[in-house]
Amino acid sequence: MATITRRSVDVVIVGGGWAGSIMAKELTEAGQRVVMLERGGERSTAADGAYPGSLDELEGNYRFKIFQKLQKTTVTIRNNISQTALPYRQLAAFLPGEGVGGAGLHWSGVHLRIAPDDLTLRSTVISKYGKSFIPEGMNLQDYGVTYAELEPFFDKAEKVFGTSGEAYTVNGKVVGNGNVFAPDRSDHFPLPPLKDVTGAHLFRKAAAEAGYHPYAIPAANASRQYTNPYGAQMGPCNFCGYCSGYACYMYSKASPNVNILPVLRRNKLFEIRPNSTVLHVTLDSTKTRATGVTYLDEKGNEVIQSAELVILAAFQFNNVHLMLVSGIGKPYDPVAGTGVVGRNFVYQNISTTTAWLDPSVWTSQFIGTGGGGVAFDDFNSENFDHGPLGFIGGSPVWVNQAGVKAIAAAKAGGPPGTPRWGSAWKSGMIDTYKHAVRMDAHGSNMAYRDVFLDLDPTWKDAFGRPLLRMTFDWKDNDIRMNRYVVGKIAAVTKAMGARQTHLGMKEFGQPFDTRFYQTTHLGGGAVMGSDPATSALNRYLQCWDVSNVFVIGSNAFPQGTGYNPTGMVAALAYWSAHHIRTTYLKNPGPLVPA
Amino acid sequence: MPPSLLSRRNLLQTLAGATALTACARLAEAAPPESAYRPVFFTTDEWRFLHAACDRLIPHDASGPGAIELGVPEFIDRQMETPYAYGALWYMQGPHVTGPANLGYQLPYTPRDIYRRGIAGARALALQMHNAEFASLDAATRDAFLTELETGTHQFGDLPASTFFGHLLGNTQEGAFADPIHGGNKGLGGWAMTGFPGARADFMDWVDQYGREYPLGSVSISGETI
Ligand SMILES: Cc1cc2nc3c(=O)[nH]c(=O)nc-3n(C[C@H](O)[C@H](O)[C@H](O)COP(=O)(O)OP(=O)(O)OC[C@H]3O[C@@H](n4cnc5c(N)ncnc54)[C@H](O)[C@@H]3O)c2cc1C
Ligand code: SF4
Repeated sequence: MATITRRSVDVVIVGGGWAGSIMAKELTEAGQRVVMLERGGERSTAADGAYPGSLDELEGNYRFKIFQKLQKTTVTIRNNISQTALPYRQLAAFLPGEGVGGAGLHWSGVHLRIAPDDLTLRSTVISKYGKSFIPEGMNLQDYGVTYAELEPFFDKAEKVFGTSGEAYTVNGKVVGNGNVFAPDRSDHFPLPPLKDVTGAHLFRKAAAEAGYHPYAIPAANASRQYTNPYGAQMGPCNFCGYCSGYACYMYSKASPNVNILPVLRRNKLFEIRPNSTVLHVTLDSTKTRATGVTYLDEKGNEVIQSAELVILAAFQFNNVHLMLVSGIGKPYDPVAGTGVVGRNFVYQNISTTTAWLDPSVWTSQFIGTGGGGVAFDDFNSENFDHGPLGFIGGSPVWVNQAGVKAIAAAKAGGPPGTPRWGSAWKSGMIDTYKHAVRMDAHGSNMAYRDVFLDLDPTWKDAFGRPLLRMTFDWKDNDIRMNRYVVGKIAAVTKAMGARQTHLGMKEFGQPFDTRFYQTTHLGGGAVMGSDPATSALNRYLQCWDVSNVFVIGSNAFPQGTGYNPTGMVAALAYWSAHHIRTTYLKNPGPLVPA
Repeated sequence: MPPSLLSRRNLLQTLAGATALTACARLAEAAPPESAYRPVFFTTDEWRFLHAACDRLIPHDASGPGAIELGVPEFIDRQMETPYAYGALWYMQGPHVTGPANLGYQLPYTPRDIYRRGIAGARALALQMHNAEFASLDAATRDAFLTELETGTHQFGDLPASTFFGHLLGNTQEGAFADPIHGGNKGLGGWAMTGFPGARADFMDWVDQYGREYPLGSVSISGETI
């Protein structure tokens, strides 16, 4: 195939998800000519969310219609440094996105801000419990940015996403029944909270009886009709239950495709090129400046696209992969403890508890909305005293029912101990589907010296690049945190009057299992911070080593939090864009001296 | 339950429960008759195996219809012609190295290969253990044999019997509960027994009817309803 050189642009953005779309909107507003390269195809609600054909659980959740297909590229995974990592050949534990809109088209919509203490976790832990409280081998770090600095950008993102929720305080005054542990806000949520489904309703009552502080989970699923500041319109969510894994046929779930791209597509400064796979960022001979990117177009031509500014927004691990294959930043070496690209790889420490209610109570698990539900934060972040407990981190606990459909119910089966098939499976499964409530402890995951990302020595993608290798396992601190918080759920299911409860928790010695879905909340690997020795990016998500490359995504999180990542990713994108617009473009160069 | 909720669906379930007793007595003896559908992928012998296995994975019983009435074998045969069955959703590049189970599937076989090798292996094993075709074994013996595949350590070449069993079970469940557009879940029977409304997908007025049974029957993508 031929090599083609395309006309140089101001900005090239790799990836068409939330991170890329926010950056494209902000930078075109600043007058920049922006090209967005997306490896997957064109996607729209009208085509991919068409009613009723898109309401197909087999295609949506089991044939992964709008998720990444692994045929061309994947990662390899191992639990520890002495193992051989093996390819993640079938989608299971996590489900990355592909195509215009990225995972933002098929996410669920839980839309949270970060707990301020989580931004300064290292400093907070040291000041509260002393330095010796940090276990050996844990790379605990601060983000290098404060909640006060990010607040305007959280607010902006909620308005763009049309987020439904209830505040606790606005400008220091108690205004509603929101999360008492949530940080202060400059404004209300743009939309009131969604209704509670049966399970969430019962959980709210029971959690309060148990002495906890339940609140409506902020959700980027519109509770009413809404027009966002860009003029994009959303309809009210009808709890269709085909949320996680689907393009919302009601235009109610926020997505780049509904909330940002329709406006961008009308802007002459913006061009989107689907079916364009970026192979690497090109650097000049000094290796301190990017000249653009090289990508493969639909026909397999190699295209050289030069640009003044390169934004990597290809999702957490793809961003790290692109940095490694392009030679941006020093690769992390877990043995020497040097280098930064690949360091502090983290995940979400989730486990699910099930409560079986009286058979007269129908829980209608098929009714659901991706982001909605009820949570309590009494055991999240630094909302409780860790001193006597001896672990770092926490979990919100919630009923977040995105809609359980029949195949998922069949595969989930009955209570523990029920066979996986036959008549006993059938009756146990049906009883569970009709009368059970599921709740998650959605915990943080700390970063460790020997949990990291690098390039695999053996397996390659379809383009000849080494696959990214994940070395990951659950560690003692995180297992103990999970078990402690899950233990607290027993009081809730008791107050619910459950006839049976299965407290789902992490077990010591049980390795990370790639075969079961957990979440797609992967983080770290190219983290932000104030020290170039422990972070790949400065506090504006700018590469320390190559200052015209910004890397936007959950890769920037130094460690995991109890919350879903996208609220934080969106706020960081707006924060970074703001500083590019107000400072960088006037005087390109490092925004922080290294 | 309020009388208004005694819907047609509940009525159907009650009826299904009643017929189940007689059907069960019959099915306990031998594999049920094959459906009229003519398979494209599976050979005659494989097709018989598939019926006899699906029939035990989701038996017809008091809870509702079984895999055969629901058209599960037809569903699986039709799936074999989709990109999924050719391995198009999976990373298939070598080398293929075995490793710990928790790192996931590592064999070079597509779903089509897994069925071909798995059924051949299972039939041979049945001949060896029972001196008979799996499909001609009685229900209790088939159950014991399937449990052996599920939990035992048998290998069909480098394909573990448990891997084959896992695929068969997964696809059987998919066939019983997927939209009937894919060939299974005939008459929306899988949805009726679980109370899943299918493609109804609008619960605006039922979200806060706390604890009550949803009153409407299921609807499929093509508009079939019960
Ligand atoms: C089922 C599911 C449910 C979720 N629910 C929630 C939730 O409720 N709340 C929450 O906060 N988060 C949720 N998430 C996570 C959320 O989807 C992600 O955090 C978010 O979408 C990440 O946005 P992004 O722009 O960083 O990456 P993505 O959306 O993944 O976009 C990156 C894009 O880059 C493209 N790309 C990658 N490599 C290249 C390349 N080399 N060249 C060109 N393009 C490339 C990809 O194809 C992709 O489209 C969920 C995820 C999943 C899968
Ligand atoms: S549950 Fe609501 S937001 Fe989600 S896909 Fe359905 S209508 Fe859209």
